[in-house]
Amino acid sequence: MESKNKYIKILLQIVTISFFLVTLFPFFVVIVNAAKSSLEIITEPIAFPEHWTQLFANIKEIWTSPNIRYASSVYSSIIITSISLLTISIFSAMAAWVLVRRKTPISTVIFLLFISGLIIPFQVVMFPLIALFRMINETLGIRLLREYHGMIFAYIGFGAPLAVFMFHGFIKSIPLELEEAALLDGCSKPQIFFKVIMPILKPIFVTISILNAIWIWNDFLLPSLILGIGQDVQTIPLAIANFAGSFVKKWDLIMTAVLMAAAPIIVGFIIAQKHIIKGMVSGSIK
Amino acid sequence: MNKRIKDNLVFWLFLAPALFSFLVVVIIPFFMGLYYSMTDWTAVAGLEANWVGFKNYEDMFSDLAFRYSFIRTFLFSVLSVITINVIALFFAFLVTREIRFRNFYRAGFFIPNLIGGLVLGYIWQFIFKEVVPAIGGLLGINFIENLLLLADPNLTLIGLIMAFTWQYAGYIMMIYVAALLNVPQELLEASEIDGANFWQKLRNITIPMIAQAFTITSFLTLVNSFKQYDIIVALTAGGPTDIYKGEVVNSTELLAVHIYNIAFKYNKMAQGQARAIIFFLVLSVVSIAQVYYNKQKEIEM
Repeated sequence: MESKNKYIKILLQIVTISFFLVTLFPFFVVIVNAAKSSLEIITEPIAFPEHWTQLFANIKEIWTSPNIRYASSVYSSIIITSISLLTISIFSAMAAWVLVRRKTPISTVIFLLFISGLIIPFQVVMFPLIALFRMINETLGIRLLREYHGMIFAYIGFGAPLAVFMFHGFIKSIPLELEEAALLDGCSKPQIFFKVIMPILKPIFVTISILNAIWIWNDFLLPSLILGIGQDVQTIPLAIANFAGSFVKKWDLIMTAVLMAAAPIIVGFIIAQKHIIKGMVSGSIK
Repeated sequence: MNKRIKDNLVFWLFLAPALFSFLVVVIIPFFMGLYYSMTDWTAVAGLEANWVGFKNYEDMFSDLAFRYSFIRTFLFSVLSVITINVIALFFAFLVTREIRFRNFYRAGFFIPNLIGGLVLGYIWQFIFKEVVPAIGGLLGINFIENLLLLADPNLTLIGLIMAFTWQYAGYIMMIYVAALLNVPQELLEASEIDGANFWQKLRNITIPMIAQAFTITSFLTLVNSFKQYDIIVALTAGGPTDIYKGEVVNSTELLAVHIYNIAFKYNKMAQGQARAIIFFLVLSVVSIAQVYYNKQKEIEM
């Protein structure tokens, strides 16, 4: 019995390692091929590179490429992702709090409206959204297309339903006595929210931010419509699409670009692994 | 009185930013879309949209490319749901056993999920076009060496499913892991003492205990396969072409891509919009039916 268990354990270990290696194989392909020249990559796509120093030459080429504008794309991605995360979370928490604490039919209707946003797929609203943004520009003179603020505004709108839903569920479980005590101490309503409620919401903030960060950082269709491919403001996925589309399959440079696009988020994952996995799982269950 | 006005003010001020952006970005476009789908809207500046009733919907159902796209999307979604869930559940079983480095393996299986669909599509395009033939050459198997996976309509669809499974199985695995860790260990041990074998334990304890997770994972995989866009754009761009009832169609132009192409490639915005609305209706009905069915099952178990 003892030895039988031992064999099963070894077998399990072997099976797991095999699948683990298969899963990581595409990463291996990207890393070895990012360090090859354009000829080498076609003749020897699964060998180790002849000279690893080619990687730096490739990185330099991507860094200076006018099609990909790597530095400015990373900058745009960081700006858009971080401001969207912050605004989605804070605005949604504020909305969820007043919706929970004020039990009127209006609150219920507005809450259900937010929930309905969870089942509306992006494809149904994307064409009219662009038309509406154009109309706003023509009538009110507020430019939303191809601008940071238009992009972030859109993310708040698309991100609000899930965030409001999650905050709503959590705030319901916060005892009202806490707020009443603060009220007796002379806090105003906004003070109660920012000083008493916000700190309690921290775990939900983390969960929502992780879900949104992965979504927004990798998002392609929405920014391709609002920012446009090859325009001034480019996120990383747009830059990659622009680059890969403009060359007849320069695989060596595409692999380098892919590596440079994936690197920041993988490094981020390794640093905050525990939070990310926990956050994403609890996010899905709610 | 003063307090009520103040409370009202706080209520609307706190609500305003989220509600306003949500209304402008989602709700108003949704109703505009309903209207546009019944016009000859083209989005060309200065051209008025004229009312045409249900003409766009009639055109859609008689369009072979749309019917074909619909069938392919269903095929892709069903196969993806099955492969992703089977592999995810299998991985979840592996990484919840008493093996070394299991947290490390969990993280490894999960990592592809962080790669966006677009970037991932290019990686797999390279794998299918260059790496697979090279492996065939290395093994000396002519069939694999000459395999042009992205030139055959059905193999391309399988390639898409592989790429999507690679991206998504690790995430679904995590949900199963969370569920498996919730199965009470005492229950399994007690049944072991009663002489239950591996399959009996699986069938009678583990599966019923993770039924709730199953509802979530099948919902997530179904909705996300149905809406797949990014991977297709980068991996196949809708190709290769296929013949359907005598008409040339794009074999991996699944609905999300089809809607986009109709609107922007052929500049038929109103038709694209009508198709998007049918897309929404079908997706809602299928996903609600699925959740309802699974919830029933959960109770039976």
